[in-house]
Amino acid sequence: MDLIAPTDRGLFCEAGDFHIDPWRPVPRAVVTHAHADHARAGSDVYVCHALTAPILRKRLGAVAIETAAYGEVLTRDGVEVSLHPAGHVLGSAQVRVARNGDVWVASGDYKLEADGVVVAFEPLRCRVFITESTFGLPIYRWRPQAEIMAAIDGWWRENAAAGRASVLYAYALGKAQRVLAGVDPSIGPIVCHGAIEPINALYREAGVALPPTRLAHEVADRRAFASALIVAPPSAAAGAWLGRFGDHSDALASGWMQVRGNRRRRGLDRGFALSDHADWPGLLAAVEATGAERVLATHGSVGPLTRYLREKGLDARVLSTSYGEEDEAPPSEGAA
Amino acid sequence: MKAFADLYRRLDRATATRAKQAAMVGAFAAAKADPAQWASAAWMVYFLSGGKPRQTVPTRLLRRLAVEGSGLPEWLVDECYASVGDLAETLALLLPEGAGDDHASLDHWMRERLLPLPKLDEEERYARLSLWVAALPESRRLVFFKLITGALRVGVSRLQVVKALTEVAGVDESRMAQRMIGYAQARRMPTADDFAALVADVEASEGAALDAGRAYPFYLAQSWQRPLGEMQQALGPPQDWIVEWKFDGIRAQLIRRGANWRLWSRGEELISDAYPDLEPLARALPAGVALDGELVVMIPPAGETRPDSLDGLAPFASLQQRLGRKAISEKTLRALPVALIAYDLLELGGQDLRGEPQRERRAKLESLVRETLDRGGRLPLRLSPVVSAETWEGLAEIREQARALGREGLMLKAREGAYGVGRRKGDDRTDVWWKWKLDPMSVDAVLIYAQRGHGRRSGVYSDYTFAVWSAGADAPQRALVPFAKAYSGLSDAEMREMDAIIRRTTVEAFGPVRSVTPTQVFELGFEGIAASKRHKSGIAVRFPRMLRWRRDKPVAEADTLDALRALLPPGGEE
Repeated sequence: MDLIAPTDRGLFCEAGDFHIDPWRPVPRAVVTHAHADHARAGSDVYVCHALTAPILRKRLGAVAIETAAYGEVLTRDGVEVSLHPAGHVLGSAQVRVARNGDVWVASGDYKLEADGVVVAFEPLRCRVFITESTFGLPIYRWRPQAEIMAAIDGWWRENAAAGRASVLYAYALGKAQRVLAGVDPSIGPIVCHGAIEPINALYREAGVALPPTRLAHEVADRRAFASALIVAPPSAAAGAWLGRFGDHSDALASGWMQVRGNRRRRGLDRGFALSDHADWPGLLAAVEATGAERVLATHGSVGPLTRYLREKGLDARVLSTSYGEEDEAPPSEGAA
Repeated sequence: MKAFADLYRRLDRATATRAKQAAMVGAFAAAKADPAQWASAAWMVYFLSGGKPRQTVPTRLLRRLAVEGSGLPEWLVDECYASVGDLAETLALLLPEGAGDDHASLDHWMRERLLPLPKLDEEERYARLSLWVAALPESRRLVFFKLITGALRVGVSRLQVVKALTEVAGVDESRMAQRMIGYAQARRMPTADDFAALVADVEASEGAALDAGRAYPFYLAQSWQRPLGEMQQALGPPQDWIVEWKFDGIRAQLIRRGANWRLWSRGEELISDAYPDLEPLARALPAGVALDGELVVMIPPAGETRPDSLDGLAPFASLQQRLGRKAISEKTLRALPVALIAYDLLELGGQDLRGEPQRERRAKLESLVRETLDRGGRLPLRLSPVVSAETWEGLAEIREQARALGREGLMLKAREGAYGVGRRKGDDRTDVWWKWKLDPMSVDAVLIYAQRGHGRRSGVYSDYTFAVWSAGADAPQRALVPFAKAYSGLSDAEMREMDAIIRRTTVEAFGPVRSVTPTQVFELGFEGIAASKRHKSGIAVRFPRMLRWRRDKPVAEADTLDALRALLPPGGEE
């Protein structure tokens, strides 16, 4: 029997009686990380990494949470469960499930490049690897982080010199903090949106060094905006919040920005292809490092990735989940 | 090519018109200061203003390069292409990074490398292409592939290019627009001298250019879309306007200077050779004349002598058979003779009349047309008739007849207005040309196939095929019959929403096309409709677009083929 199987509520481990990242309420939810599409409300008990817990509380309120450190093994009904670094965002984890020597790993979301902010991805050996494949096409090959940060700095510097604000859209949890940690704070002041600042505080509490940031209303002299980097979630693009910054250039930091059309459709000045997901070479490397004989792809470009792996001789299949409603992750998300 | 790649990147990044303008001015000014760059700058202007050299590398070679260069299976390259929606960009994303040691200029690239390619055999072409790509730095790769696929759109209009050059040259804008006429013609090879002439500040030699038969930049009309009730207030009384029919032909300028004549299309292509039937007319005109008008197919009845008679005006479908043809048979010339319906006179006796009021140009035009036709010989020239009524309401009634007459609506031209350059913006200006078109015809149609779009719509299922029912709801058996494809009319947000619906309702995928379970109804508008044997539905529509997403309407209540046929013009059935 498969150790983990899809159900209408999410990936389910019957032997251990728990779900992984369920999209409907369940008794016991093992959560890989705190992004909204992986950590949904309504379950009785959440199991996650210790660093994910505060973010989960922030998002879901006072829910029952059991935490574990990376590598700590929890045993239930003869099933060993442990969390391992996924390198995606703070507290993100792969879930390793083992019973009688049969090892399964559910990756959650992950990236291979060490970003210097969160604990880097740890390759795990397993028989069955359940992988995400958000960017499962070879057009997605990320440039090294240092190069992208230099490009963001260059854009910010140029705007500051021209006296206009630099508005950078980045997902509130993870991407925003990665940008903050990577840019050159000597260029100008940094202002964060109200959805980002509380997450910054959690990162700082976890020991991540971030440059000083302020909320927009804390800036007394509006002229300061002209040289500022303003970090906001993509949803702020439509709001009135932007009005106060006057003349500005806008940009989005997201893996989707690899393709020009995605940027142009949004009418953005710049797009930085900075992603917290694995790119195509990253997915292939991760699959190879597991030594898995079976690969199940859950969301994103599942079709091409599994077909490619099958042609390489692996038993690779699409695992239909509720994320699987979209066979290609929508460029409209911008969260990746 | 570095200068061009840098400019391309700056234009691509900028969304503000001002920033694009600044980028072009910077690049043109730098080139002007250095004669060594003129030849490459000439190509830059050519590409930015829409010039397209003929394709030097067939698409199959580019696909082979994508497959062999990336080492990926062909199906995966196809998946990537479908997701990106642009072959040039797909290549730039898939190929391994080049060495970056290529320093050839844009002119060298075009003249020495790309344009000679078609003379070589396929293997040699492929070998050269691979070598060049391997030497290109990453930053120049996209623009290179854009050059060879001919899909180099950077979101700048011709007018913006003209404005930037105007600033660099320090001449006035209409002068620059005229210098640019014909510059971006297909298969032209711009030279260093061309660029030098564009940015020159001396105007002494410009008369010679006029002798060469150059046209004037076309004055374009804006769409009048406000309600009838607002016309009096915004535009004043109809008596302040010269009102004419909006014809369904192609806009053209007929130039007669010295011993030469030229016919230019609105796309600023020289098309004289395709319309030898206009030569007798051109020869009959005095030298130093430029007429602006509509090229149509017209078979006038014998004995017709009125200058503004439109008898024998054939529908657009007839003209279509003359478009884009290089060799025209005697038979076609006899069966489908063209004529020019003139509506403006831009030059007379070698004098530029564009600054004169419309009414004065019109008066001169009327005399010229009469005198020319009085010489006899049944010349293919007509005067666009003036339409008049006391009130805007009266004109609106006349406009309603347009469809039955095979015309698109009415044109409004301010009596006191000059002949401008390009398209003037402004909501209620009283000195522009307005096109007051009929509301489009429309039916409620069902979306049955979707394809991912290109450019701005790349990667999103945004190009749709629409169908109507073969019979009414009470018919025992009925099917959806496809009749039109459309991709415009949705907002970006609606497009994304539709994209998700299409992915959810896909039945089957054939290459880039998906068939979907019919669930969505759209009000589909179009400008023209004609019977067609080439279409399964037996009907061809012109300029179809989505007017409204009918979320309220169930698929079963969409329109039928009969409803569509009812819109056919009388006698339009074959």
